[in-house]
Amino acid sequence: MDTLQGLHQLFIRAAQRYPDHTAVVEPGQGRVTYGELARLSDRVRDRLHARGVRAGDRVGIFMRKSIDAVATIYGVLKAGAAYVPVDPSAPVARNAYIMHNCGVKVVVMEQRFEARFCSETGQLGTVPDIFLVDGTGGGIHLHRALDKADAQQQAPATETAISAPQDLAYILYTSGSTGKPKGVMLSHENAVSFVDWCSEVFEPVTSDRFSSHAPFHFDLSILDIHVPLKHGATLVLIAEEVGKDPLRLAPLMAEQQITCWYSAPSILSLLAQYGNLAKQDHSALRLILFAGEVFPVRHLRTLTALLPVPRYFNLYGPTETNVCTFFEVPRPIPESRTVPFPIGRVCSHLKGKVVDEHGCEVQRGREGELSISGRGVMQGYWSLPQQTAGAFLTDNDGTRWYKTGDIVVEAADGNYTYLGRRDRMVKRRGYRVELGEIEAGLYRHALIREAAVVAVPDEDAGIKIKAFLSCREPKRPSMIELKRFCSENLPLYMIPDYFVWCESLPKTSTDKIDYQRLNEMN
Amino acid sequence: MTEEIKTIVKEYILHEFLPGEDPNQLTETTPLITGGVLDSIATLRLVLFLEERFGVALQAHETDREYLDTIAAVAALVHSKKS
Repeated sequence: MDTLQGLHQLFIRAAQRYPDHTAVVEPGQGRVTYGELARLSDRVRDRLHARGVRAGDRVGIFMRKSIDAVATIYGVLKAGAAYVPVDPSAPVARNAYIMHNCGVKVVVMEQRFEARFCSETGQLGTVPDIFLVDGTGGGIHLHRALDKADAQQQAPATETAISAPQDLAYILYTSGSTGKPKGVMLSHENAVSFVDWCSEVFEPVTSDRFSSHAPFHFDLSILDIHVPLKHGATLVLIAEEVGKDPLRLAPLMAEQQITCWYSAPSILSLLAQYGNLAKQDHSALRLILFAGEVFPVRHLRTLTALLPVPRYFNLYGPTETNVCTFFEVPRPIPESRTVPFPIGRVCSHLKGKVVDEHGCEVQRGREGELSISGRGVMQGYWSLPQQTAGAFLTDNDGTRWYKTGDIVVEAADGNYTYLGRRDRMVKRRGYRVELGEIEAGLYRHALIREAAVVAVPDEDAGIKIKAFLSCREPKRPSMIELKRFCSENLPLYMIPDYFVWCESLPKTSTDKIDYQRLNEMN
Repeated sequence: MTEEIKTIVKEYILHEFLPGEDPNQLTETTPLITGGVLDSIATLRLVLFLEERFGVALQAHETDREYLDTIAAVAALVHSKKS
């Protein structure tokens, strides 16, 4: 393993070795070879440099998943900056907050977002420099934008940055309990140590075709993008609309001859139930990886029965560490198994221990919080020194352990089993959701006096989100009005399933909202 | 015919995804997907309901939001499939 390399060097080396291999396929839009992607990302590097981007800066990426976006990612890394990808389907105000929060030097943006973005960032203070592309798809739009800029003034050729292990490679924003998303800072060493671990365990080959199902602001994308492009393999981008729809996704997987699939379990459950998998040729599949939430055994069993050939891995880890434990699902899955599989053992580039509420390691077999140290662990949260300090335990020898917030127990065979959370974070379709962020979103509604959100278990969906509300006026907003309001103020996966109106919310003796009573009201 | 489809679709959406909502709030032009009423799984369930209830088969591209974003659009789509 060679962690002195920057994340982009992995791709550069592969591009030198396999210039004619197909690097990225965007079904219906086009494809690029390694050589073409290397040249396109060089041009992005030069253009960003001409716009003033230097090593250590941040560059925002506000565009749909596409070849254009992949080339931009490598262009940013080659310029020595960290990329900050945002969810193009999230409210523009949230994305403007993110760009403003980490002080991006430039945002590479699709034109359709420009007006809203400028008005939102204008309210926050300064509008960052924007490099506009007129759309996305196949890399053509990015080419066009670069040509246009070069026609005005040619960007001088620059050197690709040699990044140090501790330099930031990307910042991924996750849900924050105070209502504002927080930026998880990951360095080149964090990324490369993880990618190298993937190489060791999944043994990618040049003929592999990896799926890219998760959006780029989601940390599953790190494996999706950087593992195949290190090995001369092909990355197949799956459009967001298709990725949600098992009726369209299953035939696409077969047609694209995907060999390595990676996603949250929820879409795999839907594929097993509605994808007509038995009717298509999925014989190319050799690996099915899932992460982000618990996979209900019932649906996993159905899936393994329909697709018996590939190996199945349960990967576990928060954005702060990326994957930190893994478990290969043994098969066949016996009917008697009803509880979910363990999250497994700690990956070889990391160390784990289970601690009690005082931070002391507990005996094997006792419950506690899983804590992780090693080269994959984040640098901290962007400009949140207190939250960063609170996220770690520090040993006497200076070793930093990231406290995952997940309560686990270690079995005699060394595998960890996930038991639950110690706070108010839940997982929905693989996304991290802080219930407090939903509450903060609801409080923005002029008529809402009080808001409290709880998660209730649901066999099919994993959880359902229920919001308890009280109103400032006798005439309460309708449920449709509330859903519409949420869709404008929160990412889609945070919109509550149910709204319950109360005269006022139940309180504890200290006049705080009584969540226990609310949970009992279910 | 279309009116009948609209009534059935409206009842299904109210019952499945908006329990307790005042039926008058849901009109045939209420945005369903873009308005946050239907998420991706709810949209899939609606498609499966339409196929089963009306005996139609929707093509992959017909599950896009432009065909399913309002009760009026859903009814028009189902009607075009049945005739």
